[in-house]
Amino acid sequence: MDMKVAKKKLGLKEKYRLMTRDLGWEPSYRTKDEVFPYVKYEGIKVHDWDKWEDPFRLTMDAYWKYQAEKERKFYAIIDAHAQNNGHLNITDGRYLSALKVFLQAISPGEYAAHKGFSRVGREFPGVGTQVACQMQAIDEIRHAQTQIHALSNYNKYYNGFHAFADARDRMWYNTVARSFFDDAMSAGPFEFMIAIGFSFEYVLTNLLFVPFMSGAAYNGDMATVTFGFSAQSDEARHMTLGLECIKFMLEQDPDNLPIVQGWLDKWFWRGFRVLGLVSTMMDYMLPKRVMSWREAWEIYGVENGGALFKDLARYGIRPPKGWDDAEKSIDHMSHQFMLGLYQWSFGTSLHSWIPSDEDMDWLSAKYPTTFDKYYRPRWDHIRKLAAEGKQFKNFGLAKLCQTCQLPVVFTEPDDPTMSCHRETSYKGEKYHFCSDGCQHVFENEPEKYVQAWLPMPALFREFEGDVGAWMDWVSLRDGQDNGDYVGSIDQRNFEQWRGLATSNT
Amino acid sequence: MSTVFIALQANEETRPIIEAIEIDNPNAVVNRQPAMVKIDAPNRLVIRKETIEEQIGRSFDLQELHINLITLGGNVSEDDDSLTLSWAE
Ligand SMILES: [Fe+2]
Ligand SMILES: [Fe+2]
Ligand SMILES: [Zn+2]
Repeated sequence: MDMKVAKKKLGLKEKYRLMTRDLGWEPSYRTKDEVFPYVKYEGIKVHDWDKWEDPFRLTMDAYWKYQAEKERKFYAIIDAHAQNNGHLNITDGRYLSALKVFLQAISPGEYAAHKGFSRVGREFPGVGTQVACQMQAIDEIRHAQTQIHALSNYNKYYNGFHAFADARDRMWYNTVARSFFDDAMSAGPFEFMIAIGFSFEYVLTNLLFVPFMSGAAYNGDMATVTFGFSAQSDEARHMTLGLECIKFMLEQDPDNLPIVQGWLDKWFWRGFRVLGLVSTMMDYMLPKRVMSWREAWEIYGVENGGALFKDLARYGIRPPKGWDDAEKSIDHMSHQFMLGLYQWSFGTSLHSWIPSDEDMDWLSAKYPTTFDKYYRPRWDHIRKLAAEGKQFKNFGLAKLCQTCQLPVVFTEPDDPTMSCHRETSYKGEKYHFCSDGCQHVFENEPEKYVQAWLPMPALFREFEGDVGAWMDWVSLRDGQDNGDYVGSIDQRNFEQWRGLATSNT
Repeated sequence: MSTVFIALQANEETRPIIEAIEIDNPNAVVNRQPAMVKIDAPNRLVIRKETIEEQIGRSFDLQELHINLITLGGNVSEDDDSLTLSWAE
């Protein structure tokens, strides 16, 4: 007689072991060093790769199942958005600039992260690591694709979306993000994990996706909320992988500590500088704002970042070197960068504008110690000029930081009236920096950063300073994609179409 | 003391999950923001499969959390019955 035995369901730990560790093998006709040639040169010592565990213990079968469900949810909403004139439901056409920064600077970063994880998944010997990196590589290409797909709906109606790849590669404010990823991808596998897993995922994505996506919801943009949250559901796993990688390195050998600390110092500052773009999106580009950049920093930088460094103190890790300078710049950076975007708006594939009275009142409430004192007077002056028909433009080209590639627009950490500028000579050439943090990064690896491709020198090298030729080259259509929002084609179209959508005339 | 947190999308699937988290973590503070819910707790937060199942009235695989997860803070440890977030004390 057959006994009916209920099929025993595998426990999570058992399943993870079978479907991860058990997939690995010992190479027999080549040595391990030949198979994994890049894993030692950074100096990280690993004694037991099996100690690397994914705390979520996600296996490929479950991964496909849940990712498929995320995709179905995503496309249901994207279809509804396209079918229901979703592009008219946003609060104001100014909001589109935030989406343009996102598509030009961030989505290509997702693609770069995909390439990077494909590479390190091959370069790391541990099977748990390989599987986690493979999942992340697939996640990141999904993020790039879903973001481009969602925002393509806006490209049908508005300017500035059409050539995001050229803008990403060549446009001055976007090479900030590009250089961050190029720097990470040209580093060794362990440093790559700190750059992306720790700095980008743990420090940046919370600040980028969470308040910003909540802001997108607040501004009626269902397409962006959907890709944002769909991507962010993967980021929780990525952050955990990044944190796991740090703990793994620190637990494997005490000699790893100074190397890891050096990378945390470097990548915290690199990440923080990319946040210059994010702070401006949050404080200036959301017509309805959920929280200020300062408030977001309190939650995800001070509270969550602080908790992380307190936790890592048991391994001997201290907060990153630039932490205090970062704190000092929080109440200034969004204002300084928005002023930069505005004065060079003839050379941006997005619109900027003079904040309204209501916006300025909000900014002074959120930044009581800085906005009225340092920034409102400048906007007032710019507004006065605009009323006289003289838009404030800076036709000098921005001096770029050799490390982070932001224009040197920030002030001294301890004196907000003094512009901050550092320089170093290396092999007879002079290099400029926006901050001590960026100067230190350069001085630790000068041979790497002297090779940096910078957009402003390219304008002279390639086009002898011909701005029109440069515009063609970055695919910027003068009079359509750039300049003040007020009087732009985007503004005219948004207002006209919205009028048609809400009335019968 | 450090804060651990988990943020979930605000939707019909997560409503009972959030209720379960509140039941299991009396110290937790629930912050409702546009389209999302962020739950903070001092040092430690536990999400239990059994409590979620009682709320939704069907069996629940804790890995289903991934679908609506937005972000989290803290060291993660997960087994079949619970997911714990914690910072070293
Ligand atoms: Fe991503
Ligand atoms: Fe990611
Ligand atoms: Zn810099």
